[in-house]
Amino acid sequence: MSAVPLVHSRPSPRTRRLPLAPAVAGLVLAAVTLAALSPSVVAPGDPLHIDLVQMHAHPSLRHPFGCDQLGRDVWTRVVHGTRQSLAIGAAATALAVVIGVPLGLLAGLGNRVADTLLSRVFDLMGAFPEILLALVLIAITGRGTGNVVLAIGIAAAPRFARVMRTDTRLVARADHVLAARLLTRSRTRIVLRHILSNAVGALPVLVTLGLGTSILGAAALSFLGFGTQPPTPEWGSMLAESRDDLRIAWWAVFFPGVAVTATVVATTVLGRTAQRRFENRVSA
Amino acid sequence: MTGLATRRAVGSRRVLATVGSAVLLAWAAVTVAFLALHLAPGDVITAASGDGGDASQRARIAHEWGLDRPLIVQYGHYLLDLLHGDLGYSFVQGDRVSHILFGDQLWSTVTLAGTALVVVVVVTPVLAVLTAGHRGPLAGLVSGLELSAASAPTFWIGLVLIWVFAFTLRVLPVTSGTELQRLVLPGITVALPIAGVLSQVVRGGVERALEQPFAVTARARGVGPVRLRVVHGLRHALVPATTLAGWAISSLLTGTVVVEEVFGRAGLGTVTVDAVTAKDLPVVLAVALLAAAVYLGVNLVVDLVVPLIDPRLKEGAR
Repeated sequence: MSAVPLVHSRPSPRTRRLPLAPAVAGLVLAAVTLAALSPSVVAPGDPLHIDLVQMHAHPSLRHPFGCDQLGRDVWTRVVHGTRQSLAIGAAATALAVVIGVPLGLLAGLGNRVADTLLSRVFDLMGAFPEILLALVLIAITGRGTGNVVLAIGIAAAPRFARVMRTDTRLVARADHVLAARLLTRSRTRIVLRHILSNAVGALPVLVTLGLGTSILGAAALSFLGFGTQPPTPEWGSMLAESRDDLRIAWWAVFFPGVAVTATVVATTVLGRTAQRRFENRVSA
Repeated sequence: MTGLATRRAVGSRRVLATVGSAVLLAWAAVTVAFLALHLAPGDVITAASGDGGDASQRARIAHEWGLDRPLIVQYGHYLLDLLHGDLGYSFVQGDRVSHILFGDQLWSTVTLAGTALVVVVVVTPVLAVLTAGHRGPLAGLVSGLELSAASAPTFWIGLVLIWVFAFTLRVLPVTSGTELQRLVLPGITVALPIAGVLSQVVRGGVERALEQPFAVTARARGVGPVRLRVVHGLRHALVPATTLAGWAISSLLTGTVVVEEVFGRAGLGTVTVDAVTAKDLPVVLAVALLAAAVYLGVNLVVDLVVPLIDPRLKEGAR
């Protein structure tokens, strides 16, 4: 370690490594999307098929991920669980966008009172850890997949609102908006065409990163027993179902977790790549 | 002389404003919690009197607990009680929420969160300093591991650690053994995702510091490579890291909620999960309020301390 000279100009920063990680991440997400859209293509078996002879069967050629406590094929269940996990994550993120973006726009465009008021609301919600906020909402609405979507979506909304507010403020002060105003364009037209269209630039990055966070949150809530209920395959609830048999059948716990981790890593890598591109474009 | 006095006045005004907005947010959080308690379905009278409670019994309980008074009076009492550490009654257990939360449960969670914090504080700077500025396969492996730790579900990390260290290697017990031994695995589990995020941030800070002209000057002056990284690099990286302190504390608390469940530990997390299952809103809200109070307190301290770490920010604060 000490042999490495510390003060040096960095040799061409990561030109070689940069394309590999996003490419792998893209492949992972493509595979996950395929599994979500048509799971039977990837795993033709029945995820609910119980075969007690195969109970806790080790991973083998016939059962690449082994079998769980009811002899169900773990590979088939992981693949079929993709749809549920991905759909909850996507729906919750969509909800967060639908709530957060208009509120952020409103705060960014509004007068001082509206801005302060809305910003304080975002601060207030941001003070609660998202999972705890979601748990409060579930304590009111009760368990179930729909309620988990609602809880995670609402808890994540301030994240989107805050960024939208800042970007709207920045864009609203730009010269082209002033020009449009001087050309006496209508306010609606200015907001929609000149402000919104530019302020949503950061949204794809936020959505990609937010998707990972939502999937993680949904898995945690399902693991705790508040989301998707057994026997429907979902990554979080699969883990919860098999955890008691961890000592004898680690594979039934390990592989659903790998699926969550791989998906979230992929969204993070893609989101960051997009972020770097976006920031370069803005600063250039 | 006058210049110094005005600067000090500006400084104390900034402190007052920071403290004021934190108090305002805490008050707003408490108000929302009060409203949620009263608007949400399910109430304490039904819970306390059971299904068989008749009207007179309900009225008696309502009177006893002050639930027949106007909402604004109840709100005033709620605020007063809160200042005394009284969080109201549980819907389900009929006991005071403060009895359920404070005591052994709180202590158990604080111990776990504290252990995790120690792991984070030790692991993060070491990882960041060792890998800053490196681009080899080892650094790639480390950043891959950090990304995975930050992206993996906490409960899964916990289960994998149990399987590896308790069941396969048999080096650390989960349920038997001393209290300290039982703390190690859950502590590491809570710490890993946080350390994964923070060490990326700290490494970025160290790398940016090492690129600056002062780093060359320090090297030329004869400051050794390790000393340069630790003394100069880490101090510069401390600012972005401290602004994430609020986030880290939040993650620490939510991490313990799930991890207590995985390791079968008693604590606030287990209480919360049970309360959510039973739709016991006062208990869940109390835990959420506690978390928000901790978050606001930590952020308040960070806001006040950051200018001490980086004096350049004092100018910007005005």
